Amino acid sequence: MSELLKKDEMKPGGIGQGGSMERRYTGSWRTFVPITDFETCIQCLACWIVCPDSAIPVEDGERRETNMHHCKGCGICAVECPVDAITMVREGEEDDE
Amino acid sequence: MATTSLKKLSDMPELLTGGHAACPGCGGPIIIRQVLLAAQQDGRKVVASISTGCMEVSTTIYPDSAWRVPIFHSAFENSAATISGAEAAYRSLKRQGKYEGEIAFIAFGGDGGTYDIGFQSLSGALERGHNFTYVCYDNEAYMNTGIQRSGATPKGAWTTTAPDGTVEPGKREIKKDLTAIVAAHGVPYCAQASPHRPRDLMRKVQKAVATEGPCFLNILSPCPRGWRHDPDVTIQLCKLAADTCVWPLYEIENGKLSINYKPKEKKPVREWLKSQQRFRHLFAPKNEHLIEEIQAELDAKWGQLLAREAFDNEQEQESE
Ligand code: SF4
Ligand code: SF4
Repeated sequence: MSELLKKDEMKPGGIGQGGSMERRYTGSWRTFVPITDFETCIQCLACWIVCPDSAIPVEDGERRETNMHHCKGCGICAVECPVDAITMVREGEEDDE
Repeated sequence: MATTSLKKLSDMPELLTGGHAACPGCGGPIIIRQVLLAAQQDGRKVVASISTGCMEVSTTIYPDSAWRVPIFHSAFENSAATISGAEAAYRSLKRQGKYEGEIAFIAFGGDGGTYDIGFQSLSGALERGHNFTYVCYDNEAYMNTGIQRSGATPKGAWTTTAPDGTVEPGKREIKKDLTAIVAAHGVPYCAQASPHRPRDLMRKVQKAVATEGPCFLNILSPCPRGWRHDPDVTIQLCKLAADTCVWPLYEIENGKLSINYKPKEKKPVREWLKSQQRFRHLFAPKNEHLIEEIQAELDAKWGQLLAREAFDNEQEQESE
């Protein structure tokens, strides 16, 4: 985790800045990693709208690589993808695929 | 114009960041993401409050916040009272010409903070007629403190305070029908939604924030820890809840009820009960009769909804 705000940097109410939780690393929670096959993906965004961890970035209407800093490996995206473009692989064994 | 097109919504800012501490596969953050994406339509800004519960403790860990909107971290019992105050202050500022923008005031609460502990402040805010939207993410127990039963826990479910054993079959009492209780306040808009139908959910959010007066959304929120299911089936369970009519999707707009999803083939509640370990003990021979009871109660409720919808349609046709 990155440096916490110092006392005099905080605003009244205690919270430094909205969205600051983004700096926290929750990728270490994963047991399985979602691997996306972009050849198969039809860019329907069904995965994006149901990810609990805001870990599927979308740019110009298309999803990009999963944000591994935040993804907790729940596997919802893989279950919901209508064309099975996402596979869950045990962490550390991604290269064996 | 407000839109529920995923492509168009994906251009909007993501107002709930990752890095929060909700369990993997939790329904809560999915709901909050969908609500915030939809609410910021038509140039609206969002001001939120949230009562004590899973989402509060996991998204606002001192000194951080996962919310990219101003959020008031309230106590268990007063999310609705807090948002009432904020909304009243906003109206005053507007009257004095000190502020011009449009703001959606949204109070969030879990089922503990809504069905039970925060109920008086919710009821009060509805009755006073504040212009706000209340969103309940209903995971059917006090999950944050360790899976204790709430007024939203369904009959037969195991919780740590309604255990199953040689004498007890899990919770004996039925789930409180909060959506109906809210509707009885005569609010202009209230609805039940589920994150497995994001466009229906987001349309309801947009309707709620655009409606003058108090609006209420009750949203089913699976909890892998408390319901005892794998984290990857969260959305599939929501679908099953709609297909078994355990969680009907409907809305009541100015007193008129419409059902938004009618399963082509209503699935037996057995399938729902089988999908989660919190109901496991119901399949023991001594508890099997409870499954029949639960099915009968659900059928009755679903029948009432269908009848009410048909009645409201008739009334409307007569008045035309
Ligand atoms: S595995 Fe879960 S957290 Fe990771 S990207 Fe998929 S839905 Fe999001
Ligand atoms: S759900 Fe599947 S097809 Fe749709 S955008 Fe995600 S990866 Fe692509």
